[in-house]
Amino acid sequence: MISALITIPLVGALLASIAPQNRARTVALAFNFLAALLALTLWRNFDSGAGGLQFVERYAWIPAIGAEYLLGIDGFSLLLVLLTSLVVPFALLARPMSRGFCALMLLTQAALYGTFTAHNFILWFLFFEMSLIPSFLLIKLWGGEERDRAAVKFFVYTFLGSVAMLLAFLGIYLVHGTFDFATLATLGKTGLLTGNAAWLAFAGIFLGLAVKTALFPFHTWLPDAYENAPVGATMVLSGLLSKMGVYGFVRLLLPMFPNEMQAIAPWLLALAVCSILFSALAAWAQSDLKRMVAYLSITHLGYCMLGVFSIGASPSQSLVETQAALTGVMMQVFNHGITAAALFYFVGLLEQRRGSRGIADFGGLMQRTPLLCGWMSVAVFSFLGLPGLNGFIGEFLIFKGSFALAAAATSVAVFGLLITAVALLRGMQALFSGPLPENGGAFDDLRRGELTVVVPVSVLMLAIGIAPQWVFNIFNATVVQMARALA
Amino acid sequence: MASALPWFVLILPLVSAATILLATRRLGGTSAIVSVGAAVIGFLASCMIFASPETKAPEFAWIDIKPFLYVPLGVVLDQLSKTMLLVVTGVGALIHIYSLGYMRDDAGKSRYFASLSFFMFSMLGIVLANNFVMMFIFWELVGVSSYLLIGHWFERDSAADAANKAFLTNRIGDFGFMLGILMVWASTGSVVFSEIAAGMGKITTHPGFLTAAALLIFTGAMGKSAQFPLHVWLPDAMEGPTPVSALIHAATMVAAGVYMLVRVSFLIQVSPTALTVIAWIGGITALMAALIATQQNDIKRILAYSTLSQLGYMVMAVGLASGEAAMFHLFTHAFFKALLFLGAGSIIVMLHHEQNIWKMGALSGKMRITFLTFLIGTLALIGFPFTSGFFSKDAILAVAYAKSAPLFWIALFTAFLTAFYMLRLVLVVFFGKSRSEHAAHGKESPLVMTAPLLLLAIPALIAGFGFFAHNFLPVPHADDPHHVVPIFATGAMAVGVIAAFLLYRNREHDPVSVAIFRNRFYFDELYVWLIRSTQELLASISAFIDRWIIDVGGVRGASGATWGVGSLLRLVQVGNLQAYSFIFGLGIVGLIYFTVFR
Repeated sequence: MISALITIPLVGALLASIAPQNRARTVALAFNFLAALLALTLWRNFDSGAGGLQFVERYAWIPAIGAEYLLGIDGFSLLLVLLTSLVVPFALLARPMSRGFCALMLLTQAALYGTFTAHNFILWFLFFEMSLIPSFLLIKLWGGEERDRAAVKFFVYTFLGSVAMLLAFLGIYLVHGTFDFATLATLGKTGLLTGNAAWLAFAGIFLGLAVKTALFPFHTWLPDAYENAPVGATMVLSGLLSKMGVYGFVRLLLPMFPNEMQAIAPWLLALAVCSILFSALAAWAQSDLKRMVAYLSITHLGYCMLGVFSIGASPSQSLVETQAALTGVMMQVFNHGITAAALFYFVGLLEQRRGSRGIADFGGLMQRTPLLCGWMSVAVFSFLGLPGLNGFIGEFLIFKGSFALAAAATSVAVFGLLITAVALLRGMQALFSGPLPENGGAFDDLRRGELTVVVPVSVLMLAIGIAPQWVFNIFNATVVQMARALA
Repeated sequence: MASALPWFVLILPLVSAATILLATRRLGGTSAIVSVGAAVIGFLASCMIFASPETKAPEFAWIDIKPFLYVPLGVVLDQLSKTMLLVVTGVGALIHIYSLGYMRDDAGKSRYFASLSFFMFSMLGIVLANNFVMMFIFWELVGVSSYLLIGHWFERDSAADAANKAFLTNRIGDFGFMLGILMVWASTGSVVFSEIAAGMGKITTHPGFLTAAALLIFTGAMGKSAQFPLHVWLPDAMEGPTPVSALIHAATMVAAGVYMLVRVSFLIQVSPTALTVIAWIGGITALMAALIATQQNDIKRILAYSTLSQLGYMVMAVGLASGEAAMFHLFTHAFFKALLFLGAGSIIVMLHHEQNIWKMGALSGKMRITFLTFLIGTLALIGFPFTSGFFSKDAILAVAYAKSAPLFWIALFTAFLTAFYMLRLVLVVFFGKSRSEHAAHGKESPLVMTAPLLLLAIPALIAGFGFFAHNFLPVPHADDPHHVVPIFATGAMAVGVIAAFLLYRNREHDPVSVAIFRNRFYFDELYVWLIRSTQELLASISAFIDRWIIDVGGVRGASGATWGVGSLLRLVQVGNLQAYSFIFGLGIVGLIYFTVFR
């Protein structure tokens, strides 16, 4: 099942790359439809009462180096698989693009499916790295003005992080002789490694994941990459690729290095708080719409990191709070994926219509395009964490957990909520209200095709915000099991 | 048997808002009817709820993270919430009807009524919520609907600015509120009010913790009820249409803070420190706002500062551990302040949106109903004997008299100021000579606007009498055998009235000018300066970090390291992608080789 899920987009990529230029997107969407169907089937057959891996596919692969072909899905994996199945087609719909673009998007999708389901390091790392090339190319070939610099910066950062991570895992392998995540997690309790080796390995993995999640101060590649990538790629980068890092933190670092996490918890929490506050402030100062949303993405990922590090700070203190934080992190991952993609989608629409992205280039849109403004407000309010929309749930549960586990850091971090709101409302005011600009020109409201994309996504945001329980049910058992294992 | 009626009342305005947005967006008239209909039906259903002794309603799980975390969506039905329900839906329904006249020719009529319905939904959610999280959700939703309504005339920059200011100032209070909720939740393990009340023993052993939690929760009320120093948004919120000012920024939403404090009084009253802080914040707000009101010239702003001042009274009463007195004043204030705002709206519309009182004058003869009802509202507000405001203000003064002498004198002085600035307003607006073209040709508003005025005038007069009020809430009985307080209060009022008469009868210009009051104690200037300078400071700090620490130490360091690593990475650095792809492909081939042949 899972192998099929990974294969579908691969085949799709192949076909899309040889399809006629104007049909490539249709092909890509068709394969996405298949993948989504398969993902939904997985969800249907998923036993949400069980915390462990399901649909396991395990084959010996390269026994000499401990590499196993091990795929499996637990609640967290399923959540991200579903998110991937949702965001990639959404991104493909953002703008008609050439076949190369579509093929690379599908390649990225396959890599993402693999990353979220592989449970052996070698296999996981293969997928983890596989996502890098297509996204690099997407930025480099279809990007904006500064695409070369942005692409290289993106590549150098993530690649260095990956190398560090690879070295760390090789070190662990030399001691324990296994790449199996579950085995390593059980060893983590008593200390995977000792002394300096442990710190080196921790630092390596931490670096790889921190770059991926754009944790302060490893975040500077992100605004450039998000700003310069074509809008569909930005949606995938922000909605999905950044989640690989969070996923890694929860899947690898928390269980494997609890002692190290705890020892430097205050520093880690400080990084998360800096991530939240500095990027929110930076967003406030931006004059480019896309860059502003990019910075706010860092803020939102910062909340995830706050949750993860607060669990790391005192994992055994209280099962309730650990669970709350963990649930919040997963919820935030899911919701940020949807909302960030949606917001970038709208930024893309605005850019397409006006030909620029400067906040100052817009104004008075409410009078001209009420539909666009109305639906975009839904995404904006979700992004600033308004209750009743999806963005609130994850943040609130993270705060619920992290406040008890790390009160000081959380109390400072909530200011991020305020600054986020300041930045977003400022942007919204400049865009929507006030008089129309002089050189207004033609500016269409949402077209029918765009509405059919926007409405379902907004409804989903509302549905999660109003009744989140069905999302919790996906990963509740997994959270319980993880929290117990950490305690 | 549990009744689903409260849920019906809650959901009805939401359905109305959704109907307008999805179906009747282009039909302003129909939207108005949908919204007004929902409000009236909601009021009738609320009367049924009030009349029935039912105290239970169905409860739903909202978040149920097994096995520990549980947040329900539930309803609390007691006298407090039932009365509040009546006030909100009753005043709300009247203001919906009034809006039919006020917003008749507005281009964004559908949007207005959809937002108004959405506000009713959010506000009723606060009233009915039986737990902190649910209340917080609706608390924020009220903020959004207020944001939408203040910014209704979004093409005006001032309106959009005011909307942002209101939302953000509220948000400052809200995250304090959220932290307070999290503290209580973490320590008692529940968010449901009744369960927290039962589990108070777990917190009372930590007085410091308790005080912190109580004060954090109070910051939520400070934002919503516009208490010093978060009061700055309310006067600016007058940029919204006047019915909105009446409903949201006078009668209901701003009272939500007081309502919430009374709802969780079991938590606040066990911390003497928190109570003292709350009482003083309320006292300061009451006094400060009244001082500012004496020197404002915009009719809506005067009323807005008066609202601030009265909210200060209520918060002070909460701080003096008398939730009854606070609720009593909230109850009467909702009627007479809504009445005053609607009266002001009637004047503003007839004067073609002129709000400066010095451009009015001599309106008493031309707008008879508006004048009479406005006068009734004024008498109630200044606490003229045997109007509703007299009783409720007396209740608060009596509590202050019994518990804190300095606060009593502050409250008494505020009462004097209230009489002074309201009489100034009445004298300048309704008497003297017409001071503008429009004022000279003013005429009475249509029935759809005057009828709500008349209907609100009745409770503004009688809602304070015990025989009437005790049906709705516990009427506080002050321990004041010699009736000192009413004598003092009436005296202060009389002095205020006389002073205003002497100063403002037949004036063309304001004979008094106190810059510090006129400029609202320079709070806005102070905040703008503070925000600017902190933003600049923070921005330069983060620019410094980005430029010097991250770019130099990180990116350039990283690049340097790349050069050191060797040719493989150098290929990447110069953008030689083919080489990297080749090597990556080689790696995959290697893996396949291992897989297949080993």
